[in-house]
Amino acid sequence: MSAIELATPSSGRKPAPVRMTGAQALVECLKAEGVEYIFGIPGGAVLPLYDALYNSGLKTILCRHEQGAAHMADGYARATGRPGVVLATSGPGATNLVTGIATAYMDSIPLVAITGNVSRSLIGRDAFQEADITGITLPITKHNFLVRSAKELPWVIRAAFHIATTGRPGPVLVDIPKDVGTEEFGFTYPETVDLPGYKPTYKGHIRQILEAARAIMNAKRPLLYVGGGAIASGAHQEVRALAEKCHLPVTMTLMGLGAFPGDHPQSLGMLGMHGTAYANYAVQNCDVLIAVGARFDDRVTGNLKTFAPRVEQIIHIDIDPAEIGKNVVPHVPIVGDCRAVLQVLLEKVKEKRHPEWWQQIDAWRREYPLQYRKVEGQIHPQAVCEALYEVTGGEAIVTTDVGQHQMWAAQYYKVKHPRHFISSGGLGTMGFGFPAGIGAKLARPDKEVFVVSGDGSFQMNIQELATAADHNVGVKVIIINNLYLGMVRQWQEFFYGRRYADSYLGTPDFVTIAKGYGVKGMLVTDPADVKPALEEARAHDGPVVIDVRVVPEENCFPMVPAGGSNSEMIGPKGWIE
Amino acid sequence: MQGSKEREHTLSVLVENRPGVLSRVAGLFSRRGFNIESIVVGTTEDRRYSRMTIVVVGDEGEVEQVTKQLHKLIDVIKISELSPHEMVERELALIKVAADRSTRSEILQIVDIFRASVIDVSERSLVIEVTGDTDKVKAMIDLLRPFGIKELVRTGRVAMTRGPRAVSVTESRQGGGLQAVGG
Repeated sequence: MSAIELATPSSGRKPAPVRMTGAQALVECLKAEGVEYIFGIPGGAVLPLYDALYNSGLKTILCRHEQGAAHMADGYARATGRPGVVLATSGPGATNLVTGIATAYMDSIPLVAITGNVSRSLIGRDAFQEADITGITLPITKHNFLVRSAKELPWVIRAAFHIATTGRPGPVLVDIPKDVGTEEFGFTYPETVDLPGYKPTYKGHIRQILEAARAIMNAKRPLLYVGGGAIASGAHQEVRALAEKCHLPVTMTLMGLGAFPGDHPQSLGMLGMHGTAYANYAVQNCDVLIAVGARFDDRVTGNLKTFAPRVEQIIHIDIDPAEIGKNVVPHVPIVGDCRAVLQVLLEKVKEKRHPEWWQQIDAWRREYPLQYRKVEGQIHPQAVCEALYEVTGGEAIVTTDVGQHQMWAAQYYKVKHPRHFISSGGLGTMGFGFPAGIGAKLARPDKEVFVVSGDGSFQMNIQELATAADHNVGVKVIIINNLYLGMVRQWQEFFYGRRYADSYLGTPDFVTIAKGYGVKGMLVTDPADVKPALEEARAHDGPVVIDVRVVPEENCFPMVPAGGSNSEMIGPKGWIE
Repeated sequence: MQGSKEREHTLSVLVENRPGVLSRVAGLFSRRGFNIESIVVGTTEDRRYSRMTIVVVGDEGEVEQVTKQLHKLIDVIKISELSPHEMVERELALIKVAADRSTRSEILQIVDIFRASVIDVSERSLVIEVTGDTDKVKAMIDLLRPFGIKELVRTGRVAMTRGPRAVSVTESRQGGGLQAVGG
């Protein structure tokens, strides 16, 4: 099959159609798209597809649950910016993808999910393992397709990759009935697809950009607020250049971590519910807020009525017009690709300094640093994240699960580079971190990959230990084990009178479980052993699980209670005054 | 933009004529918490495309958000909000009303006044077809109600702009924003 000539813009002529089955055509399409890995699990409806993949040269990664496969493809995409590909069978295989697809959708991650379905003649008859997956995924995909004939397939796959990776990226699902996989037709791959209803805007409006430049030049207390869109568009260099040229303090959302170096003197770290106090004070006191690829999520803004009360100009740069004005109405809306817009904006601003504003920010930094109460002889989860940063020099890719450990990692691991902090931000999917870490490590074998997980989260996709072991994927899992669903327990402590309803988990013997899968397991109970354990894990060729027993009832601070104002934060010593 | 008054907005939406388009559009409205007053779908002069006329109630901010979200659907090609002063609108209703010897002539007078027509007659009922703008259809229904309406079917509103301008594929689409025609 490799001898097939594909229509490329350079070839300039249309190659003759080659007869093959739909399944073989899919393989050719995936090769033409430059796909490296396909994560998935075979099943009845995708047997033709898997048969065509067998010995095709494309690498398949056999997962143990389709959700894990979807997160692996997602992690691959987040680590590289290239689309991840996941393949599942009909019915339960397809529905198991749902959480993974929704996770990618909320965080705007390019993902192409391919599902098998029952044969065309059986669709709609409640056949064995039939599910209306295009109907089910309608609200959680950027777009989806049900392929009705083999000759549609090349166009659909080209369109799926095009839609997933352009504009605001997102997941696209392609549902292929079993007999479409076996149907023969004359294959050619389309150079381009014409989608009259899909024309993303990349270039920002120059008048708006000039307006933004004027606002930045007139600002006394400016703040750059950077989200995941800056990473998606590859705007990290421009973000840094703008920040340095105009001496802007920079705060990032969870999704934006790495868009600006966390160890840079102008970084204020993360803002929002568990953001730094000084980042939140900067938001509440800034006069010009420059939002770059961020969407004013409720975890960032707190109570919208009291959000940024002193702001005079909000500049909102986003490729998705629907994000502009959705939660906060900006004074200067700019629809366009973050990188393209910032490149122009950079030319329109002059060097500027804000000594008084920085004096104020530095005072906040001194007065309200990130801190926790240290108790001798106990392992504090924050210290584990600090140790990870020290040991790796902040050069590792860190993926997280969801909960307290996620926030601690975001606070104490100062992410230096884009695509080095991989976390489920929008959907908040427990069970994401470990499979995403496997995907990231396969995508970037040159990089160390650490998964900061929780004892609750890790058990939600623990079966992927088998996948990591199979391919000897050198991903290192740190379980911040506090015996609880920690964030749930924290909310119960603060808002439900310490009634710990079903938040206590206890713990299994993770070391033995790891061993059962053929994975190296380590138990750490002494603070002195944290760093040596991390070093030992780094030195080990292959996956490692480190069960770190931390202070069970540690809380994550600062904390803005849900719906509260960003200036009202609880710290380790009570309300921050 | 926000805090403005709630009113009816008529959106003319040009979409690809593909399976599932209606459920994509309808699903978007329910998912984002917007209410549809009516939605009418049919093919256009070009069979590759369908046109939907959607009537929504909301303030300017809400309708702008609806429009932007609709634009994100790949199958949606173009959206125009039709200004009430610059559009012609029609709705059709079929009304099955109870009618016997004593009431039939009175009903027929109403039919006459409204330039409606009778399309079925039986001993105890009439089926009346009425076409017009929403107010006219409503007025007719109100007048017939005392006789006893047995069944009522309405198409919902279809609308287009007055004059030569058209909401079509050939007119270029910009930036995904709202294109108000004559508004």
